[in-house]
Amino acid sequence: MAIDYKALKNGGFMRQVQKNNFSLRLKVVGGNLTAGQLLAIADISKKYGDGHIHLTSRQGVEIPFIKLEDVEQVKAELEAGGVNTGVCGPRVRTVTACQGNAVCPSGCIDTYPLGVEISERYFGKELPHKFKFGITGCANNCLKAEENDLGVKGGYTIEFVKESCSLCGVCIKACREGAIAKIDNEIVLDKSKCNNCGRCVKSCPFDAWKGEPGYILSFGGLFGNQIAKGEQFLPIIRDKEILFRVADAALAFFDKHAKPSERFRIAIDRTGWDAFKTEMEVAYHG
Amino acid sequence: MDDFAIDESIDITDVVCPVTFVKAKVALEELEEGQVLSIRLNDGEPVQNVPRSIKEEGHRIIKLADNGDGTYNLIVKKVENQGET
Repeated sequence: MAIDYKALKNGGFMRQVQKNNFSLRLKVVGGNLTAGQLLAIADISKKYGDGHIHLTSRQGVEIPFIKLEDVEQVKAELEAGGVNTGVCGPRVRTVTACQGNAVCPSGCIDTYPLGVEISERYFGKELPHKFKFGITGCANNCLKAEENDLGVKGGYTIEFVKESCSLCGVCIKACREGAIAKIDNEIVLDKSKCNNCGRCVKSCPFDAWKGEPGYILSFGGLFGNQIAKGEQFLPIIRDKEILFRVADAALAFFDKHAKPSERFRIAIDRTGWDAFKTEMEVAYHG
Repeated sequence: MDDFAIDESIDITDVVCPVTFVKAKVALEELEEGQVLSIRLNDGEPVQNVPRSIKEEGHRIIKLADNGDGTYNLIVKKVENQGET
């Protein structure tokens, strides 16, 4: 019987150098697994693999040295342990995320639930080429948003509450963009310099800076054979509905304009950034 | 706002992140509730980050004074955190 390697690969079974051995890619969102899932993975590795597990560059988990004849059994046992197989090939890949504001003091947004939502909506969706989402909670960018096809970065839309301010000057130093100054005993914000990082909000001892969480999107990042930084051109998005409207439009653009096996970035470069930006702005404004 | 008496002073200009915050935290732990600590810190990363970390610990920042020599004095009132170890 001919082996359908392509079907195996779609289901996350990566062909190894060793004949009839596969590195089984698992489904992980935002780098989070429960202790129970980890135990199930450990059991499978000991029983069907060679007892080691590989952590991938994008928060994925693979169990190497799974034998071809065990594939179905392994899948069933993984499912029983609450673990699903991942994907490879031309489709939406693992959604990565940092810990976000649920855990990290620097976080501006709750990254994991957003990652789950994005994954539920798009994971495995067939496209001309691979498509990667990455979510980072703040400007520190631990998750490297701009190396993803669509990067999401948490930020704040800020507002100054004069009555609460004691003119202590902490925010002036906390702002790395030089957007805040003290002029004639008043705090003055240069909005054109503000990058929505929210450091003023996080540092103000008197809560004189209020912050509304939002999403800063970047499009067309690549970090493989070719390297390009995702481009940011939309204003910070406060509404999750708008975020999904724009993401839908980005994937629709990719599906419509890309040649088979052409990455999102290359398709935008070829089609023209002006046309792409216009479509994203239309989606942004609804 | 400026009505405070400094109980203890430390200088963290001789260390870098994250020891800056550790030294400040240890000094605050040795104070009693309501006592005031003056922390001398460097411009740049320390003055960007230390005030925020102290705020996150629940203490009260009273003032940040520019010493004009590339250092600042951060005046902090100790607040005992209930419910945190």
